[in-house]
Amino acid sequence: MAGPGDRPRHPFDLKVPMDVFSDPSNRDVYITGFLWILKLTLAGGAGALVLGVVLAAMRVSPIPVLRGVGTAWVNIFRNTPLTLIIFFCYFGLFSTLGFSVVDDIDLNNFWLGVVGLSVYTAAFVCEAIRSGINTVPAGQAEAARAVGMTFIQTLTIIILPQAGRAVIAPLGSILIALCKNSTIVGTIGLMESSNAMKDLINANGNAVIPIFLVFAGTFAIVLIPTGYGFGWLANRLAVKR
Amino acid sequence: MSDEALIVLDKVNKWFGPLHVLNDVSLSVAKGEVVVVIGPSGSGKSTLCRAINRLEPINDGTITFDGRPLPAEGRSLARLRSEVGMVFQSFNLFAHKTILQNVMLGPTKVRKEKPAAVRDRAMSLLDRVGIGNQAEKYPAQLSGGQQQRVAIARALAMQPKALLFDEPTSALDPEMVGEVLDVMTSLAKEGMTMVVVTHEMGFARHAANRVVFMADGQLVEQAPPAEFFANPKSDRAKDFLSKILTH
Repeated sequence: MAGPGDRPRHPFDLKVPMDVFSDPSNRDVYITGFLWILKLTLAGGAGALVLGVVLAAMRVSPIPVLRGVGTAWVNIFRNTPLTLIIFFCYFGLFSTLGFSVVDDIDLNNFWLGVVGLSVYTAAFVCEAIRSGINTVPAGQAEAARAVGMTFIQTLTIIILPQAGRAVIAPLGSILIALCKNSTIVGTIGLMESSNAMKDLINANGNAVIPIFLVFAGTFAIVLIPTGYGFGWLANRLAVKR
Repeated sequence: MSDEALIVLDKVNKWFGPLHVLNDVSLSVAKGEVVVVIGPSGSGKSTLCRAINRLEPINDGTITFDGRPLPAEGRSLARLRSEVGMVFQSFNLFAHKTILQNVMLGPTKVRKEKPAAVRDRAMSLLDRVGIGNQAEKYPAQLSGGQQQRVAIARALAMQPKALLFDEPTSALDPEMVGEVLDVMTSLAKEGMTMVVVTHEMGFARHAANRVVFMADGQLVEQAPPAEFFANPKSDRAKDFLSKILTH
C-alpha cells in the first residue's frame, strides 16, 4: 500500500532527478555514457574527416577507377541506414568475419562503432568537401598547373585548403549529426548515453521525464555551442576573393 | 633575339565540339622574340596561347617547346609548365596565400628550392614590379593592377624560358593598364621570350618584334608591327584595324 510519503511526485519536481543523479552509481552510468558519446564523436569524426577528404580527392581525380570507387562508396553508405551499418559491423565484421580490435568487449564494441560511424559519415564529409571544391574558381587550379604543380600538389596545396574553408559550417552540422548518431552504437551493447538513459528509466519509473530531460539537455549544452563555434570559425577562415 | 626557335606550332588544329577554334595554325617564336597576337573576339587567340603550355590540349598537329614536343600529361608536362610562365586575364593569384607566398610557392614546391633563397628572389621580384611593401597582404586586398603585377612576379620566380600573357590587361580599370604594360615592356627590352594576346595596340606597336593577326581560328597575317599597322595585307586585318584605330 502506498503511504503518504510514497505518493507519485509531480513529473517536474526537481527532488526526484536530484535523488536519481545523486546516487553515485547512477551518476557513474550517466557520466560514462556521455563520455562514450564524446569518444565516439571524436574518433568517428577524425576517421570520417580523413576518409571523406580522401574520397573527395578520388571523386575529382582524373583516374576513372578512383572516381568510380568514390562514387560507389558515397552511394552505398549514404543510402544505408546507420543502424544497419552498425549491426553489420557487429554481426558481420566481428561475429562472422572475426574482425576484432581488442579483447575487452566494451572497447571492441566501441571500435566497431567507430568503424561504422566513420564509413557512414565519410560519405557526407566527401560530398560537403566536393561542393566546397566547386566554390573554388577554375582559375586557381589553372594557375597552379601553370606553375608546374602536379595534380596532387594542386589539390592539396591550392584546392582543398580553399574548399575546406568554404565548408566549415556544413562540416559542423555533420559533426553535430555524428554526435547524435553515435547513440546508435548502443544497439550493439555499448553503454553509451541512450542505453544509460534506458537503464536509469527502467530503475526509476517515477522520474521518466526528468531523466529524459537531463540526457537530452546534456547533448544540447554541448552541441549548441559547437554549432556557434563552427559558424564563428567559418567566418574567421573565409577566403576573401 | 636569336634565330633559334623556342616555340614551334605546326599545323595545330583544335575543335570545341563543332567549332573549329584553331585551324591549321603554324607559328614559330624565336628565343628572345616578343610576339603579340591580336584579332577579334572568338578568333582563337586565347586558345592558341593556352595550347602552348597545354592548358588546352590540341586535337591535331604538333607543338614543340625548346626542341621537345609537349608531353601529354604527368610529371614531364608539369616540368614543361614550370619552364613556361603564364599570366591570366583574371590574375588567378592563390586567394588563401599572401602575396609573398604566391611568388614563393612555385620555386619551393615545384622546384624544391630552399625557402630562404627563394624569399630573397621573391622580394626582389616584388620590388621590381613595385609591390615589395605589400608582400604580407592577401590578393583580395590589392587592386587589379597590383594583382596582375604580382602574377607577373609569380611567373618570373620560376625563371621561365618564355612567358605567355592571355589578355593581361583586359580585366583592369583603364588607369591600371599602364602600370602592367610598363612591367611587360621592360621584360620585352631585357630579351624575355613573350607571347602576348592583347587588345593593347600601343603595346603591340612599341614592344613587339612581330604582330600575329588571327581571325576565325586561322593565322591570317604576320608582320613587324610598323609594317602591319601601316600596311595590312589581308582584308580581314584591314577591316579589324579600321574598326579599332578610327577612335
